[in-house]
Amino acid sequence: MRLFLHELRTEQRLFWRNREAAFFTFFLPVIFFLVFGSIYGNDTIDGVRGAPFLEAGMIGYGVASTAFAGLAITMVIRRESGVLKRIRATPLPPSTYILSVLASTFITFLVEAVLLIVLGRLLFSVGLPSRPLSLLAALVLGAAAFAAMGLGLTGAVRSAEGSSAVVNFVYLPMAIISGTFFSPAKYPSFLRAIADVLPLTYFTKLTRDVMVRHHHIWSETGSIGVVALWGVIGLVAAVRGFRWQPRES
Amino acid sequence: MFGLLGPNGAGKTTTVEILEGYRPADGGSVEVLGVDPHHASTAWRERIGVMLQSSSLYPGLTVSESVRVFAGYYTKPRDPDEVIELVQLDEKRDARVRTLSGGQKRRLDLALALVGDPEVIFLDEPTTGFDPGARRTAWDTVRNLRALGKTILLTTHYLDEAEQLADRVALLREGLIVREGTPAELTGGAVETEIRYRRNGADVIEKTTDVTRRLHELTTQALARGEELDELEVRRPTLEDVYLELTSQ
Repeated sequence: MRLFLHELRTEQRLFWRNREAAFFTFFLPVIFFLVFGSIYGNDTIDGVRGAPFLEAGMIGYGVASTAFAGLAITMVIRRESGVLKRIRATPLPPSTYILSVLASTFITFLVEAVLLIVLGRLLFSVGLPSRPLSLLAALVLGAAAFAAMGLGLTGAVRSAEGSSAVVNFVYLPMAIISGTFFSPAKYPSFLRAIADVLPLTYFTKLTRDVMVRHHHIWSETGSIGVVALWGVIGLVAAVRGFRWQPRES
Repeated sequence: MFGLLGPNGAGKTTTVEILEGYRPADGGSVEVLGVDPHHASTAWRERIGVMLQSSSLYPGLTVSESVRVFAGYYTKPRDPDEVIELVQLDEKRDARVRTLSGGQKRRLDLALALVGDPEVIFLDEPTTGFDPGARRTAWDTVRNLRALGKTILLTTHYLDEAEQLADRVALLREGLIVREGTPAELTGGAVETEIRYRRNGADVIEKTTDVTRRLHELTTQALARGEELDELEVRRPTLEDVYLELTSQ
């Protein structure tokens, strides 16, 4: 437990110290919320007001950027710079290390979600979540599933230089196609077909059902199931592909 | 202190990484502190210190923070400030790692290898890329460790480094130890001493294992002829000669 807290503190310090990473993974969804919220915050989308629709969508975008993209890029850079290898030679158990990294990622994502909710309340008069426990459960599920996919993706990236290219290639189109910004209902059918298999589509549907439509999380078993399934796929890929030692050397 | 010496690709790093537990041995048995490193526990890792061949640091942390992060992984670490002083980075205590020179980064790597107060220390090419002054300084640090009773395994392709630091040296070629002993033993024995002089305007180079007799013969003959042995020089083989002879076969 002492080691876990020590590493958790270290991870949080490392994250906020790295300005570029903090900007892309943490602040970008906030900025998008402010920009798009100003543009169509008062329009009606899928039968609800734009601002709450976007707020729930940006929490979906946030999970993809912090738990998936940010984590994957960070871990590839650490692997290629030899940091992961070096840590293996210390008494810090690998499981404690991974748990600290995941906990730190979740904390960052949670702070981001709270910030989005507070900004939504202050700037766009969006009501506070009516089902906070359901929302918290959804955030835990999303963070776990997307972090597993992020760790799984590291096995497919060979170099530190290529990490942001590969990761952005996967996550930016996913964020748009999954309808975090717009309603997928108006997409052409081939895009909707792609959206129908993406995990972020279902996570965003889950946050919208809980936050905007005030559903209880347990009434959304379909969305939970797809997100969890993708999480398991990510986990399998992570167990098979995650490496502690640099690929290039 | 034991030195592993050999050209690039001779298997120095592979050997060290087997001893550090990073990779399994293809054959034979390996024990470090009575334990097979590849299946070692975290308790075993408390007792070893590792300096990898390439620097493995967090660029965003300061020197002091880096040492404290690693100190936190051990149950009985040394005082971080003391270790920073030991590697002579006290003036850079609050500098970010990314602003350090190559040599300073290596000294920080050394500090991280020492902060757990290990019994066995692995140093993989610790001074590669140092300027001559920095190398002398690093040598002093390593000598101090030996004075503390630590066991140190050093790999290097610098012969003077092995000669200066190691109590025993093994010469490695294509994964095999071709010679092993104290630096004095390696340079004595089989390899011949060189006698050089000029005669009738031409350089003469003789190699002999019986230096005293040969020198006596030469000087007696020269005196009898009333000649001078110009530029007479008797050179004991250095580790470099042994090294070149053994590794070029």
